[in-house]
Amino acid sequence: MQKKAKFGVGIGVIVVSMAVLAWLGYSDSKTYYHTIAELSTLQGSARNHRMRVGGTVEPGSIRRLSGRVDFVLEGEGKTLPVSYVGSDPLPDTFIDKSQALVEGKPGSDGRFVAEHVQAKCASKYEAAPGGDKPSASPSAVQRSEM
Amino acid sequence: MDVFGSFALLLAFVCGVYAFVGGIAAIRTRHPLLIKSTRQAGMATCVLIFIATVSLEYLFFTDSFSSAYVVSHSNRDLSSFYKIAALWSGQEGSLLFWSFLLAVYVISVLLVYRNKNGELMPYVGVVLAGVQVFFLTLNNFVASPFKSLGVETATGFSLFTRADGNGLNPLLQYPEMVIHPPNLYSGYTGFTIPFAFALAALLARYPGEKWIHLTRKWTMIAWCFQTLGILLGAHWAYAVLGWGGYWAWDPVENASLLPWLTGTAFLHSVMMQEKRGMMKVWNVWLVFTTFLLCILGTFLTRSGVVSSVHAFAQSSIGPWFIGFILFVLLVCFGAYVKNRDYLRSENQLDSMVSRESSFLFNNLILLVSCIAVLSGTLFPVFSEWFSGSRISVGTPFFNKVNLPLGLLLLFLTGVGPLLAWRKTSADSLKRNFGWPLLVGLISGAIIFALGIRGFYPLVCFILCAFVAATITMEFYRGAKVIKARTNMNLLAAAQELTLRNTRRYGGYIVHMGMVLIFVGLAGAAFNRDVQKDMQQGSTMQIGSYNLVLQSYDSKAERNYTSQRMIVEVMKNNKPLMMLYPERRFFNTNEQSGTMVAIYSTLQEDLYVVYAGQNPETNAPVIHAYLNPLVKWIWLGGVVVVLGTILALVPNRRAVLVLAGAQQPAAAPSVAQALQSAVTHREGHD
Repeated sequence: MQKKAKFGVGIGVIVVSMAVLAWLGYSDSKTYYHTIAELSTLQGSARNHRMRVGGTVEPGSIRRLSGRVDFVLEGEGKTLPVSYVGSDPLPDTFIDKSQALVEGKPGSDGRFVAEHVQAKCASKYEAAPGGDKPSASPSAVQRSEM
Repeated sequence: MDVFGSFALLLAFVCGVYAFVGGIAAIRTRHPLLIKSTRQAGMATCVLIFIATVSLEYLFFTDSFSSAYVVSHSNRDLSSFYKIAALWSGQEGSLLFWSFLLAVYVISVLLVYRNKNGELMPYVGVVLAGVQVFFLTLNNFVASPFKSLGVETATGFSLFTRADGNGLNPLLQYPEMVIHPPNLYSGYTGFTIPFAFALAALLARYPGEKWIHLTRKWTMIAWCFQTLGILLGAHWAYAVLGWGGYWAWDPVENASLLPWLTGTAFLHSVMMQEKRGMMKVWNVWLVFTTFLLCILGTFLTRSGVVSSVHAFAQSSIGPWFIGFILFVLLVCFGAYVKNRDYLRSENQLDSMVSRESSFLFNNLILLVSCIAVLSGTLFPVFSEWFSGSRISVGTPFFNKVNLPLGLLLLFLTGVGPLLAWRKTSADSLKRNFGWPLLVGLISGAIIFALGIRGFYPLVCFILCAFVAATITMEFYRGAKVIKARTNMNLLAAAQELTLRNTRRYGGYIVHMGMVLIFVGLAGAAFNRDVQKDMQQGSTMQIGSYNLVLQSYDSKAERNYTSQRMIVEVMKNNKPLMMLYPERRFFNTNEQSGTMVAIYSTLQEDLYVVYAGQNPETNAPVIHAYLNPLVKWIWLGGVVVVLGTILALVPNRRAVLVLAGAQQPAAAPSVAQALQSAVTHREGHD
């Protein structure tokens, strides 16, 4: 029985330490998904989470300023002003009416401060009637544009 | 041709259903003619799938823009090479391609074993047909690749033909993207074979460990493709996506890693069953899990259920896959409950320091890693179910768990193969690990002196040196024995040794490849990058390199417009070479692609990206990365694949060079004696 106990301890140590590490990693990197409509209803500490918000870029709203790019996302009838402050150039697919996913935190003045922007053209790549999703690995496509 | 293709698919479905239902009837009645006819139905299913696949390719090559799938994934200007790849660039085609590859495996199994294992094969045929029927259902009724373009009009449905197609996603127009999916899919589909044999053996209460011997090679083939597929995918991400890395823990990547982890665990733990009759329940469930993870992986890749937010499109195949996974789980569980007495273990674990326990911990680590990756990947889905808010976890989560696990596994890679079965004596520990330990510590000291202080990279390099030393020593020892007996030189003796026990020494070569991969992965701890607005003639510095922008321009090509840069690379102020990073804008679908310029050496990769233009000044922006040791990963991958192929080669019989050996009957036994003398212990084979 002592043998079994030894194995038990060995297995236990591995599993428990992994669980601790997993918890640490989870706290470090968790990101909430919200829609634009949900964003205005968030209360208290929920507003300070790291989050991703998706929507369509409002035509004509992209303004390139020094050090940041401002634009407006719309979705479900609501709009959200966004300031992109990240260092990478914005993806080429980021144009009027493209679908964009911004990652960051809501600022104090109601603007969403984004560090990453992913974008996808809504238009031609989608198939004609009867078509399907656009690409073999959608996530890979998005990543390229981060 | 589209009608022809869809008819072939429908007929394949019918044959598949017959093979499945008839197969069950054949098992019940044991009627030899019924058994034969269901086997032939299984083969017919495969042939019909081949015909359907060829028809779809035919549509691509004849630019048939009346077919919805061809319109979405091809255009007239697309080169023939990529017209082949267009087959699997969308959902419908990929699912057909899945069926196609599975059919290749199924027909090979049915042909190879047509006159063997008569008790087992009807069961195997039924399981295989069941899996095929599921995919053929999708191919025929849910995601048919043979749909025609059409619109609803007042009078009904009218067909039309487009002048040209939308083109292939430019990110997929890259040679590796042509070979990566077939490899990965061959891995996914290949695990169906060991799964079918395991389930069949359990259902048939097939005696002994025979199913493991039968499926060993199939599992290794699948594992080899899976490994190659994962690495090619990583290389594609590295060379094409232009973000400077090769792995981002993205759901699609994770999906391919999951069955690899359990498949690797399975390849190791079957040895416990072969040698010691242990872990039978565990092995059966490992192979079940691996198959289910392959299905899950296909589902995650195809459906985008995790990667996308609400805004991005989702697909209709989800419920089908979830239903199939639950069904398979139910069947497996039912078979297990009914026949679990047949899986009783014959032995118990004896000691903490033994081969068995090293396999046990190897399995534990791979499984914990698999669970961590799986839960991290599915976290958005489950958090939405349980708490209502969709939460994703990122790279820190995956790295925190998997780095220590990877290092533990690397440690076991060195230690495990040298431990004896049952119990290892202290003396043998000293003999086996003294030198490698010394090599590891000395390398550690050198690396420390070179200024590397990070805990993980330091430990990783020490372990790599240690494991490489244990493997080298194994080859050296075995070769020395052969050399003493045959007068060969040491190198020839090592080759002879490897060919006499390909499974064991092929396995060591695979381990060596993993060591190289770990060296490359550890390099990521020292990645650097610089981004700078450039002008003609201006320079930027990264590491010991200076990049000079010589010129940049824009040029129209047949399929796209290219923005190009000519960058001169200087090292220590001496001209080294020219790099040509490029951005391509594809005319047909408003997409762009990055052509990264990489100067790769064993020491480091200089990775230069044309990152776009500064919106205010219109100045071109260079994003340069310095990624140490990346090349080791790709080299390691090649070694892993070669080692796996070697392990698939049958052993060479030891040729006796004793003079006057005229009794051939005695030869094998002497050869065996020689072999056991070479291997010292009960071998890792």
